[in-house]
Amino acid sequence: MSEYWNESMECATPYEMESLQSFRLSQTVRRVYENVPYYRQKMDEHGVKPEDIRSVKDLSKLPFTIKQDLRDTYPYGLFAVPMEDVVRVHASSGTTGKQIVVGYTQNDVDTWSECAARAITAAGGGKHDFMHISYGYGLFTGGLGMHYGAEKVGATVIPASVGNTKRQITILKDFGSTLICCTPSYALFLAETMQEMGLTKDDIKLKAGVFGAEPWTEEMRREIEDKLGIKAYDIYGLSEIIGPGVSFECEEQTGMHINEDHFIPEIIDPDTGEVLPDGEEGELVFSCITKEAFPLLRYRTRDIAVLKREKCSCGRTLVKMLKPRGRSDDMLIIRGVNVFPSQVESVLLSLGNTSPYYQLIVDRVNNTDTLEIQIEISPEMLSDTVKNIEEQEAAIRTAVESTLGIAAKIRLVEPKAIARSEGKAVRVIDKRKLI
Amino acid sequence: MFIKQLSIFVENKPGRLSSITELLEKNNIDIRALSIADTRDFGILRLIVNDPDKALNALKSADYSVTLTNVIAIGIEDTPGGLHKAMDILYKNNISVEYMYAFISKSKDTAYVILRVENNDKAVTAMEENNIQVLTSKDIYEM
Repeated sequence: MSEYWNESMECATPYEMESLQSFRLSQTVRRVYENVPYYRQKMDEHGVKPEDIRSVKDLSKLPFTIKQDLRDTYPYGLFAVPMEDVVRVHASSGTTGKQIVVGYTQNDVDTWSECAARAITAAGGGKHDFMHISYGYGLFTGGLGMHYGAEKVGATVIPASVGNTKRQITILKDFGSTLICCTPSYALFLAETMQEMGLTKDDIKLKAGVFGAEPWTEEMRREIEDKLGIKAYDIYGLSEIIGPGVSFECEEQTGMHINEDHFIPEIIDPDTGEVLPDGEEGELVFSCITKEAFPLLRYRTRDIAVLKREKCSCGRTLVKMLKPRGRSDDMLIIRGVNVFPSQVESVLLSLGNTSPYYQLIVDRVNNTDTLEIQIEISPEMLSDTVKNIEEQEAAIRTAVESTLGIAAKIRLVEPKAIARSEGKAVRVIDKRKLI
Repeated sequence: MFIKQLSIFVENKPGRLSSITELLEKNNIDIRALSIADTRDFGILRLIVNDPDKALNALKSADYSVTLTNVIAIGIEDTPGGLHKAMDILYKNNISVEYMYAFISKSKDTAYVILRVENNDKAVTAMEENNIQVLTSKDIYEM
């Protein structure tokens, strides 16, 4: 039995949704054109006027917005309202360059809370729940985004934020948390720390978790579900669009429903910019159609995903996006081959006896790219004979090479040798960039 | 009958061995014998100590990858041909040796060999039938 936060939107007919989107899009484009000089100039150069955008079908007439546009207008150049109407700003971590700033009016904060509330409701959360939030609070959108969503559904919010994992586990146990939000890698770290503290999943009351902010695999989901005794839901978002809650998973766990009454998705060919039909893999692009302070149009996310419009058993009609295979920012090109860290994770977890802690070290030696995968040795792998360990290393190497299509050196390291992360896990060290 | 050997995974990095020996010192662990099997990137440090369970706990709490393996300790004559006698018994009984290492005792005429074979029970029987001393864990720990 499905529960919805906003049934009329989440289960709207395609006709209702498209009419609403068309209306909101044309309004937003006009507002952006009038209030943001940068967008006006861009649209003028592109030869498109607000009156050309009357429906969703006209979307492809608009130019794309890319991250560089946000950097060029840093900090407030793309804001579409006067600063007195802006009640909050957030900033991206800026791991791949200068940080970017996004802003929210009170209505934007409400929209965001609504989106996060839909996600929490879809994960079975409600006013009877205790919601433990272990995302960072601050400029990062994860913590406050989920916090407001959880308050909106009436849950008892436990704003644990990041850090001090043992204390977090004590809180989980003593406060009776039933839901948790954090990165999937932190969820595994919590499980591992619980085990070290002599606790099992029976000592905590968690029933579900909403995990996001980094790519993760199905294998990792099963491991989290198994170790914490919960159902693990995926949530997707990016601060440029709003934060967590752009899309979310329902109990079917076969893709994330996009809140398309607020954000219109498109899939494009990342090389040509051409719009691809539903079902094809390409770069995900979003247009914000209700945001007031920071309404990006046709923003290229760099995430590689697929849109699916098939009927969902949960009853929601919101289009689904398949879990991004990885950010194109995360994608490594090693000896000309595209490599996503998530592929390595998938291989490791499928082998069963390896630990989920790994790191890819990419380097360039004598003008040739090298890939080393460091993996922490697990208790199951340890043996008193070198031969046994080397056979397991060889099995990993074979599996990795057949998945990635390139050779990799497998290097086993001691437990805890790879730094644990309380936010996004550092999966790649690319030494080539340092040269 | 069997002796507990600690097998510890050690990365080939400066300071790893010293941090293990420091930990053993702090826990007042006395080492009876040791060997290292090494590869390019890592080694397996094998230790026979006076209190393997205590050492195991100490190493585990310090996040080392460590396990206990059952091995056999035999006493042989510390004279030319002493080791051969034992090896010949294993060969004639078709028992393969995975690895072994030896240490000499404080008494002059005996040497000890730690043996890791594919079939511990079979090896012990073969040794005893041929009057080769098989040490108990008590013999080793109290040595």
